[in-house]
This record gives sequence, C-alpha cells and structure tokens, in this order.
Amino acid sequence: MATTFEAVAEIISETSDIPLDEITPEKNAFTDLGIDSLDFLDIAFAIDKNFGIKIPLEKWTEELNENKASVDEYFILSKLCDRIDELIAAKDA
Amino acid sequence: MLLEYFQMIDVVEDLDPDNGRIIARADVPMESTVFEGHFPGSPLVPGVLLIETMAQASGFMLLARMKFEKMPFLANVTSAKMRTFVEPGEVLRVEAELEHDGSGFAATKARISRDGKKICDSKLMFRIMPFPNATLKNNMLERFSQISHSSTE
Repeated sequence: MATTFEAVAEIISETSDIPLDEITPEKNAFTDLGIDSLDFLDIAFAIDKNFGIKIPLEKWTEELNENKASVDEYFILSKLCDRIDELIAAKDA
Repeated sequence: MLLEYFQMIDVVEDLDPDNGRIIARADVPMESTVFEGHFPGSPLVPGVLLIETMAQASGFMLLARMKFEKMPFLANVTSAKMRTFVEPGEVLRVEAELEHDGSGFAATKARISRDGKKICDSKLMFRIMPFPNATLKNNMLERFSQISHSSTE
C-alpha cells in the first residue's frame, strides 16, 4: 500500500505534469515545484477523493493571509502529508 | 437565453441544493447578434456558450446550496465534449450535479440534452469566494428569483 507521500506525489505528478523524481518530501509545492493556486485546486480535489477527506483550504488560506501561519507549514510536502494523516485519523476516530 | 448578456438559464425546473442537483431549461433564441458571426448563413450556438450554460446551471445550484453567502467562479473546465450542433429556437435541458464539495472549491458534472438526446457534457471546477460587492450578490439573488419563479408562471 502506498504511503501518504507516495500517493500525494503521484497526484501532483499527474495533475501538474511534474516528473515524479522531482517531487520530494522537503519541497514546497508552490515555491519549489511551481504549482499555482489553480493547479492546487486540482490537487486538493484529487487528495480529497483519494483519502476521503476535506483539506481545509479556506482555513489555511485565511491563516496565511492573516500571517498566523507560513506557507511552509502547510505546503512543504512532508508537512502537507502530516496534515493529511491527521485528517484521516480524525475521520477514522 | 439572452446570449449577448450571458443570461443562459431561463427556468429552474428542479432544484435539490442539499443533494447538489439542478435541472434547468434554456430556450435558444431565434435571433441574436451572436448568430451573425457564428456562423454567417448557418447559425449555431457557440460551444463556449454551451459550457457557460452548464457552468451557470452548476453555479445556481452552488449558490442555492451556500444560501448565497459566497459566489462560485468558474476556474477550470476539466473536460467538455460537444456532441452535436445547437441551432436557434431549440429548447435545452440543462442538468448539473455536485461531484465534490471541497473547502473553497467545488466540482460539478453537467450536461445538456434536447428531447433526450445528449448534446454536450462537462466536468467543471469552481472557486468559492466571497462576493466582491453587494451589487453582484443582489444581481445573483434577483436573477435566481426570476428563473426560479418562471416555472410557476
């Protein structure tokens, strides 16, 4: 069974046409991989469907706009995967 | 349909916001300046306006679902297939259903048919954002009221 990171990397590669070997856990989806907010909607859609969760993009965006969080906190891929695992755990609890 | 004003939906025939479904009617006008260019001597509704029609049906469903608290803006035409031509005077059935209710976005599937025959279908994605101003919100509410009440007149 694929890890969360492997599944997310596959989704990013397919939706954004980025070679799989360029997608590594320490990369920031926006600043390192060049994904824009529209592409990220596709990624969020695919992640939501794949894991049966709802990534709280509105809340995250609000926190970023209010400087309550940094882009790295949510969009470095290892941290994004941690958030996804938290959402999966909360769903299954 | 008032093609020049992008008023694509004429009547909301059935709406189930909780389950994310809408069925609407769009009456293609006999005349429009759009037909003068598309195409001279062979008037056809442009495919982009059929996509817009499917987007508007999706949009009204989403607006109703969100109780007009936010506005869906078309962000992505994930896929669209135009299967046959649409000519002046035709009556179209427009259906849309919610495929995914995300956070700050929504995905729908929509289709248009005529007399049971499939004309086009699409997968669409919308950004869900605050209304930029009260004018747009009021206009959406007014337009929705007009097309919702048309079915009972």
